[in-house]
Amino acid sequence: MSKATIIKGEVNKGTASDGTSSDGNPGNREDSKGTISKRTIGKGTIFRVAGPVIEAKNIDAKMYDVVIVGKERLMGEVIRIQEELTTIQVYEDTSNIKPGEDVEVTGMPLSVELGPGLLSSIYDGIQRPLPVLRDQMGDFIKRGVQAPGLDHKKKWEFKAAAKKGDEVKGGAVIGTVEEMPGIVHKIMVKPDVHGKIESIKSGSFTVDEAVGELEDGTELKLFHQWPVRIPRPVAKKLMPETPLVTGQRVIDGLFPVAKGGVAAIPGPFGAGKTVSQQQLAKWSDADIIVYIGCGERGNEMTEVLTEFPHLTDPKSGKPLMNRTVLIANTSNMPVAAREASVYTGITIAEYFRDMGYDVALMADSTSRWAEAMREISSRLEEMPGEEGYPAYLSTRLAEFYERAGRVIPLGTDKAGSVTVIGAVSPPGGDFSEPVTQGTLRVIKTFWALDAKLAQRRHFPSINWLTSYSLYQDTLSGWFNKEIAPDWSDRVRQMKTLLQEEEKLLEIVQLVGSDALPEKQQITLETARLIREFFLQQNAYHEVDTYCDLKKAYRTMGLILQFGQKAQEALGKGADIQRILGIKTKDRIGEVKFDKNHDALLNLLEAEMRKEFDAVGAE
Amino acid sequence: MKEYKTITRIEGPLVFVAKTEPIGYGEIAKIRLPNGEIKNGQVLDTSDDIVVVQVFEGTRGIDKNATIKFLGDTIKLAVSEDMLGRILDGKGEPLDNGPSIIPEKKMEIIGAAINPYARDSPGDFIQTGISTIDAMNTLVRGQKLPIFSGSGLPHNEIALQIARQAKVLGMKEKFVVVFAAMGITNEEAQHFIRDFEQTGAIERSVVFLNLADDPAVERLITPRMALTTAEYFAYDKDMHVLVILTDLTNYCESLREIGSAREEIPGRRGYPGYMYTDLATIYERAGIIKGRKGSITQFPILTMVGDDITHPIADLTGYITEGQIVLSRELHTKGFYPPVDVLPSLSRLMNLGIGKQKTREDHKQVSDQCYAGYAEGRDLRGLVAIVGEDALSDKDKRLLKFAEAFEKEFVTQGKHEDRDISRTLDLAWELLGMLHKEDLTRISPELKNKYYKARWLDAPLSEESKEAGKKEAVGKEESRTKVSVRKPLQGMDEEDTKE
Repeated sequence: MSKATIIKGEVNKGTASDGTSSDGNPGNREDSKGTISKRTIGKGTIFRVAGPVIEAKNIDAKMYDVVIVGKERLMGEVIRIQEELTTIQVYEDTSNIKPGEDVEVTGMPLSVELGPGLLSSIYDGIQRPLPVLRDQMGDFIKRGVQAPGLDHKKKWEFKAAAKKGDEVKGGAVIGTVEEMPGIVHKIMVKPDVHGKIESIKSGSFTVDEAVGELEDGTELKLFHQWPVRIPRPVAKKLMPETPLVTGQRVIDGLFPVAKGGVAAIPGPFGAGKTVSQQQLAKWSDADIIVYIGCGERGNEMTEVLTEFPHLTDPKSGKPLMNRTVLIANTSNMPVAAREASVYTGITIAEYFRDMGYDVALMADSTSRWAEAMREISSRLEEMPGEEGYPAYLSTRLAEFYERAGRVIPLGTDKAGSVTVIGAVSPPGGDFSEPVTQGTLRVIKTFWALDAKLAQRRHFPSINWLTSYSLYQDTLSGWFNKEIAPDWSDRVRQMKTLLQEEEKLLEIVQLVGSDALPEKQQITLETARLIREFFLQQNAYHEVDTYCDLKKAYRTMGLILQFGQKAQEALGKGADIQRILGIKTKDRIGEVKFDKNHDALLNLLEAEMRKEFDAVGAE
Repeated sequence: MKEYKTITRIEGPLVFVAKTEPIGYGEIAKIRLPNGEIKNGQVLDTSDDIVVVQVFEGTRGIDKNATIKFLGDTIKLAVSEDMLGRILDGKGEPLDNGPSIIPEKKMEIIGAAINPYARDSPGDFIQTGISTIDAMNTLVRGQKLPIFSGSGLPHNEIALQIARQAKVLGMKEKFVVVFAAMGITNEEAQHFIRDFEQTGAIERSVVFLNLADDPAVERLITPRMALTTAEYFAYDKDMHVLVILTDLTNYCESLREIGSAREEIPGRRGYPGYMYTDLATIYERAGIIKGRKGSITQFPILTMVGDDITHPIADLTGYITEGQIVLSRELHTKGFYPPVDVLPSLSRLMNLGIGKQKTREDHKQVSDQCYAGYAEGRDLRGLVAIVGEDALSDKDKRLLKFAEAFEKEFVTQGKHEDRDISRTLDLAWELLGMLHKEDLTRISPELKNKYYKARWLDAPLSEESKEAGKKEAVGKEESRTKVSVRKPLQGMDEEDTKE
C-alpha cells in the first residue's frame, strides 16, 4: 500500500476506550480497496529517538496501543507511559527520524487478522506478508509500508452452517471455507461477540464482505482481528492425553511430547536445533503447523520456504506447506518486530485450535525473543535482572508457554490443542543461563542437544541421559493401546541399557573393554546398537527422515532381542567372540533406510535366530 | 545549514550538543575544531534537549569552542566500478594516493534486511582447494562461514589462500574480493596487500583498512562500508563477491567501548545487549537474491579471546553464521598447516552444495566417516596415555593410526597447494583404507565396493602419537567445556600421566 492511500488523522470517537472490543465490527477499519488503514484518534510529537525506542509528548495512548511514528509512518507500540512522556518501540528502522515529527495514536492494540488465507502464508513478525512486501518494495525490507495479513481481494467459497434465528455466542461456527484442499477453515464468531442471526447466506465472498448479520446489526465476516498479547478465551482447559507423533524415534520412543504439551530444545550452536525443529514441523502429526523463525538466519528460512512446498504430508499426501503458517523475522530485521513475532505466531495457533484442530507451534529461537526483550528493556533503562535480562523475563516466558494446551474451545465440543516447542540457544551451551532456566520451570519435555554428540555426527543429538519427558507416564497408556502392549516395557529396557552403558564406559576408559566381564560386554554392544540404529536418525535421508511408530517398535524389539539372546547364549556357555560376531545385528541399521522395512525385519529376525542357534550348537 | 556552538559535554568518543533544531537519528555531523580540523560523527541519540554524537576520529582536540554541523542525511558510501583495485581507509577515503572515486551512485551503508522471501537458496559448491574445508565443511555461494581463530594462529594465511583459490567448478569468472580490516596491525595489512598485489588479485579487490591505531569508532562503519560495496558489485553489477572481514573481535571491542561511553547497561562480559542484533546486521548481508545474478559470500575472521569458543563474540557469531571453521592451537603447535580442527568445525549449508551433480556421490558419506573415525581416534589417544597401547583392541589401534594419518596427510597441505575436490576425496579414501571395510559403518556397501582399497598395515604406533595422546588426556581434564563420553576417572588419570 502506498503512503497516499493511508487515511490520515481521522478522529474516531467511540473506539479509543477499549481496544479489544472496539474491533467487534472490523468492517470500519478497511477502506473500499480492502486494505487496512490505521485510523488515528490523536496526535503528538516525537521528543527523543534512540535506536528502536522513541519517546513522544502530548499523546493520549494506552499501554500496547499501536501508534504511527513520523513522516515515514512507521509502526510502533506503546511500552511505557511516564508523566507526559510516552515510550514507543518501533517495529522498523528509525534512521533519520527527527524529534518534532508527528506521532499518531490508533487506539488499537497490535492485532492480527484471522481468517481464510492464513495457511501457506509467510509473514514477518507483525503479520505483514513477505511476498506482498517484496512486490511493494523490492528485495530488501524498507520501511513505512503497511500490508494486511490476509488477501482482501481473494474470493472464498463460504458454506453457511448456521441459519437465521440461531442464537450464537463467541467462538460459534457459522460456516466453513475450504481453504486448502482437504483443510476446512471454520468461520467463527469473534469470541467477544454474541447475538441472534438476522441473516446469513452461502456464496463467494472476500474477507471484507458480510456473509450475514446479527440482530443488533453486527456484520458477520469471514475474518476478525484479535490483539496478539491477549490469549484467546476457551471454554475449558483439559489434560493432555495423546502424543504428538513426530516420526523421530528418539522423541516418540524415549521422550514423547503430548498434544497440547510444551517442550524445549536447548542446545549450543551447531548441535542441530534448527534441523530438529524443522523435522518436527515437517513430520509431526498435527493438523496445522505454525513455524516462527524468530531472529534466526535468513538462509535457513529460505530453506524452509523452498523445501516445504516439495514435501508431502505422510497423512494427507498433500504438500506440507498447505498446513503451515510461517513467520520469519530474521536476526537483522527490526528487533521490536522480533519481540512481537512470538505473539503473532501463538495467536494464529490459538485461532486454529479454536476450530478444534491440533496445532503445533515451533519457535526458533526463544532466546532471540528474550534478547529482543533485553534490548528494549535496556533502551528503557530499566533495572536489569540476571545477565542484563529484564526482571520480568521468566514471567513472560511462562505466560507464553501457558498459551499452549489442550482445550475445549468456546464454540464447539471438539477439543483442540496447541503444542509449543521452543528452541533455546543458551550462550556457550551453558544451561544455567536465565532463558534456559526460565524455560525449564514451565516446560514438561526437555530435549537436551549435546554438542559432543553433534561433533560425532550423532543426530538428532538429543542426549539420552539428560533429556526427560514428564508426559511419559500419561502417554504410555496410549502407546500400549495403540501400538503394542509392551511398548513402554521395551522403552524402559532400552533406557536401562543406556544408563548401564554410561557407567560401564567409565570403567572401559580405565581398563579397556576386553577386561570387562563378558555379560557387560554384551550390554555395551546392545547399547551401541540402540544408539546407532535406534537413536540416530538421518534427517536428510528420504526414508529415514520419518519413522512410523510400528517400525520404531519393531526395531526396538529386534535390538532388545539380540541383547536377550546373547545373554542367554552366554549363560549356556557360548563363546563371547562368536556372539559379538553375529552378523545380523549389524544389519539392523539397514532397516532405517529400507522402504520395505517389514520384510527386512522379518528376514533379520529369522536369520538372527539361525545364527544364535548355530552359536548355541557349538 | 546551521553550525552549533553548543557542545556541553565531551566524553570518550561522544559529544553532547544542546539546544538544536530537530536532528534525525543516525544523521552525520561535521565538527570543526578551533584549529580548523574537521571531524566526522553520527547521531546516536536525539531529543529536543540534547543530541549525542559519536565521533569517528576520536574526540581528541575537541573543546566547547568547537562548532558542529548536521548534514541532514545518514551515512552513505559513494560507489563505482572504479573501486576495484583501490585501497581505502575505514571511512571509504582513498589511501593509495589515487584519485578520489567518482561516484556512480551513493548507497546507504546501513543495509536493509533482505526479505527472506526474496532470498534464493544457496547451493553452488565453492572449491577452496583446502581439504578440510572442501570435504568436511563445504562452503557454498551465499554462505557466511567464519574462521574462529586464536591470537598467533595463521588465520590470515588461510583467508589469503581461500581468496586466491576459491572458485566455483565449471565457471571461469573469479570472485571479486572485498577485504575489510578492522583494527589489525599495519604489518598484517601490508601482508594482505602484498599478497593481493603479487597474485594480481588486487585488480579485482577493494580493500578497506581500519588499522589498530585508527579510531575505534571508525571500526563500526568499516564492515558496513565493505558490505555496501559488496552489495553494489553483487546486485548492481552481477558479480560474485567474497567478503573477508578481519578481525571481528576488534569490532566487538569497539562496540563495547561505545556502549560503555554511553553508560548503557552491559550484557554478558560487558558487551552490549544488542550485540547479537548488531552482528546480525553484518553477517546477514551475505546471500543470494532470486532473479539477481551476483552473490555475497562472507568469510569473517575472529580471534577467540583466550581460545574460548563460549566467549560472547564467538558464541553470538556461531548462532548467526552458517557454521564455523575452528583453528586449533594444538595442531598449529605440532606444525600442521592449516590447523583446522574439523571436530568443532561445521558448515550448515554443506548438504546443499555436495552430492552427485555437485561434487561427487561419495562426498557426504566419506565426510561423515572421516569425522567419526577421527573423533574416535582422538578419544583413544587419551586412553592410550592411561592404559598403554597394548590394552587396545585391534580396531582401536587402527583408529588411532587413522587419526594420526588424517592430521598428517589430510589436514596438512601447502600454503599454495590447491587440491581439487576429487583429489581431496581420493585422499580421504586412501586414509580410510587404513581401516577395515566393516569399520566403515557410515558408508553404504555400494560405495565401499567402488572406492575402498585396503591399505591397513600391521605397524606399531609411532612415539609421537603416544606423546600426543598424553597431552590430550591432560588437556581434557583441564578443559571445562570438553565433556567426553569416555571420561577418565580423576586421580587415576593424573597418576598415570605423571610418570
